[in-house]
Amino acid sequence: MDNAIEVDHLVVTRGGRSVLHDLSCAIPRGTVTGLLGPSGSGKTTLMRAVVGVQKVESGTVTVLGRPAGSAPLRSHIGYLTQAPSVYADLTVRDNARYFGSLYGVDAGQADQAVVDVGLGEAAGQLVGNLSGGQRARASLACAIVGKPELLVLDEPTVGQDPVLRNELWQRFHVMAANGATLLVSSHVMDEAGRCDRLLLIREGDLIADDTPDAIRERTGTPDLEEAFLRLIERTHDVPRKERITSPEKSMTSPEKSA
Amino acid sequence: MSVRLTLRTAARILRQLRNDRRTIALILVVPTVLLTLLRYLYDKEPLIFDHVGLIMLGVFPFVIMFLLTSVAMLRERTSGTLERLLTTPIGKVDILLGYGIAFAVAAAVQAAVVSTLSYVLLGLDTLGPAWLVGVIAVGNSVLGMALGLFVSAFANSEFQAVQFMPAFVLPQALLCGLLVPRDQMAGWLHAISDVLPMSYAVEALTELGAHRDPTSTLWRDLAIIVGCIVVALLLGAVTLRRRTA
Repeated sequence: MDNAIEVDHLVVTRGGRSVLHDLSCAIPRGTVTGLLGPSGSGKTTLMRAVVGVQKVESGTVTVLGRPAGSAPLRSHIGYLTQAPSVYADLTVRDNARYFGSLYGVDAGQADQAVVDVGLGEAAGQLVGNLSGGQRARASLACAIVGKPELLVLDEPTVGQDPVLRNELWQRFHVMAANGATLLVSSHVMDEAGRCDRLLLIREGDLIADDTPDAIRERTGTPDLEEAFLRLIERTHDVPRKERITSPEKSMTSPEKSA
Repeated sequence: MSVRLTLRTAARILRQLRNDRRTIALILVVPTVLLTLLRYLYDKEPLIFDHVGLIMLGVFPFVIMFLLTSVAMLRERTSGTLERLLTTPIGKVDILLGYGIAFAVAAAVQAAVVSTLSYVLLGLDTLGPAWLVGVIAVGNSVLGMALGLFVSAFANSEFQAVQFMPAFVLPQALLCGLLVPRDQMAGWLHAISDVLPMSYAVEALTELGAHRDPTSTLWRDLAIIVGCIVVALLLGAVTLRRRTA
């Protein structure tokens, strides 16, 4: 089987409003797939559906050949939530070792995961005393510690300095080269170019599912941010004139809060 | 269910507790101070202290563990760690039993310290054996913990979780037979007290105060407490939803 994730006509409603409407996509194994879209577009909801903690209205999500959320999958998935979900009153090392132990990983491998996210020096510190960026990396260490086949990372690089961000992306690609599949969400377009494939999502609709190069070619622009804008225009039939008169209407501020 | 994951989780919770020195101090100091106050309040009437102090040995741990676990579990829910745990191989029952074991250890330490102080320094006197008083005290705090875990599902914030304490604990304390013996209550109050677990904890402690050897009532009460712990933990497991909206 070539796809790590297959989403078929997924419909999710939260609090009475539809968040994902009839979304279908497939994510091939061994790739880094970027999930991009403005805040509130449904990225986190889609990721939660993939890891199996989201109530879905209809449609199916198949992960590594099994229904999302089924018990055998849990030892093969690493999930990084958007807000760092680690224990503030434990050290970085103890967090990694605890989450590692759930996957049957020994202390040495857990300590390595801490080094891998650049927290080797801070391993003995309580997470509660770390900066926001360090806390996010502590959380990332707990997601990668089990060497999962599928990594679902919700905005893993927010608040990280550029050098570190670069290192993290390189690491993601090394993992993919070793056979892992990564689904990485971001709302910053400059990260889109680092992905093998892109899913562009806006107001619960998938507006592109392709490689960055194919998207550039299709929209006729080398700039992915501009490409995203052009794709939105096409799907919503927004006349180009209107966009020019209101240039601040960028992807980070959708006109409807839907 | 996995014994290994349950024990790992218990160890993790104890490590968190160990990093929180002030909470440890509160667990040990608060009941000690309260019992000392009681002792000198009834300075002229040692028999009353023998009765009230003994019952408080069971009530304080219940209240403290209820508060601690309802807030700890609420934190686990609101910080996203619970959602993350539910995507890993650990089972819901493992998580709850992990909490149960960790707080039972904390409760045992608390019961040991507070009972030793009561018997040795405050001159508490019971006909029944002190170790059984300790067992009931630990059972009671585990019960408080199990109810706290369950109740935390209905709280969205620490504000609400703390408010559940008077809502769940005070009625039990009022009707447990400490203020008015249960058989002297109006029929409907007696009926309510019959279904409140603390009534049995207090009855068990009263039995220990009045009889040299464990009575059948004591064993029945202990069985009821254990039964309530199991039911509360199972109810807690039901409230842990893997999929949420």
